[in-house]
Amino acid sequence: MDNTTQPTTSGVTGLIEDWVSDKDAFKNVSWGKTMMWIFLLSDTFIFSCFLVGYMSVRMTTDVPWPNTSEVFALTIAGEHIPLILIAIMTFVLITSSGTMAMAVNCGYRRQRKQAAVLMLVTAVFGVCFVGMQAFEWTKLIEEGVRPWGNPMGAPQFGAAFFMITGFHGFHVSIGVIYLTVVALKVLRGDYEERGYEIVEITGLYWHFVDLVWVFIFAFFYLW
Amino acid sequence: MQNNTDTQPQQHPISLYFKVWGLLFVLSSFSYLVDYMQYQGLLRWTLILVFMFLKAGLIVAVFMHMVWERIAFTLAILSPPLCILVLIALMASEASYTNLNRLIFFG
Repeated sequence: MDNTTQPTTSGVTGLIEDWVSDKDAFKNVSWGKTMMWIFLLSDTFIFSCFLVGYMSVRMTTDVPWPNTSEVFALTIAGEHIPLILIAIMTFVLITSSGTMAMAVNCGYRRQRKQAAVLMLVTAVFGVCFVGMQAFEWTKLIEEGVRPWGNPMGAPQFGAAFFMITGFHGFHVSIGVIYLTVVALKVLRGDYEERGYEIVEITGLYWHFVDLVWVFIFAFFYLW
Repeated sequence: MQNNTDTQPQQHPISLYFKVWGLLFVLSSFSYLVDYMQYQGLLRWTLILVFMFLKAGLIVAVFMHMVWERIAFTLAILSPPLCILVLIALMASEASYTNLNRLIFFG
């Protein structure tokens, strides 16, 4: 923004203009991108609170914590494989992060069709992830896991599991909607004049969802 | 305010993304192998943390383009989460105290 211009408007419009006219500290970063990063920063704190809460209950309990390796094992073709579902979910999410990075790249090359298609592919991987999570929840609920107790060990396991994975799955679901909306707008050519930074901003959100999963995978499933 | 004159598009060679993508797959496989091989104790926790930070670092640095941003921006975004370390320390000391009491009175 140009700081030398004199205020010309009053009322609510003037109020808004004054608030947005401050000198920008972040060079080369647009407002849209800054705001997405600040939102992601606040989200980092939310997820950290969940994970620290999980750490606290896991440290305080004197009942053994359920063995996640066994809880999330699946029998595929007669073969008992520990934690396999979570491993597949991790790979699906990383694959989607890759297609998202490609979409951002295509956007800046102004190949809008490729960018939109790659974003939709990313969204499909997101749907796969949420689908597998729904399967996982169903399986655990059938086995008697509840937020207040479970047959495998420490009763806090259920509360931590549903809260952390639920909130993450919610983020993925919102991300799928967000990606689809932006992809359709990209396809329609809404950003031909403004440029395709919006694809990068959407990508930031999606990569963040993957980033949070890295921490959940390490602390909740592997620890 | 949209100001396209001073925002530089994040344009980087596509081969770099492919390399990082591949690396993330390899690191994820290693994380999974930690569980599959049933490593326990200190070795398990160290490996989990190493692979976790490498993956997180690659995603933030390359996929989220943080390595190409200016320091003012990087610090504004990446330094506040360090506060969480204080929270972890406080909660860990509180939790071990609670655990000790539970062992003494209910154990």
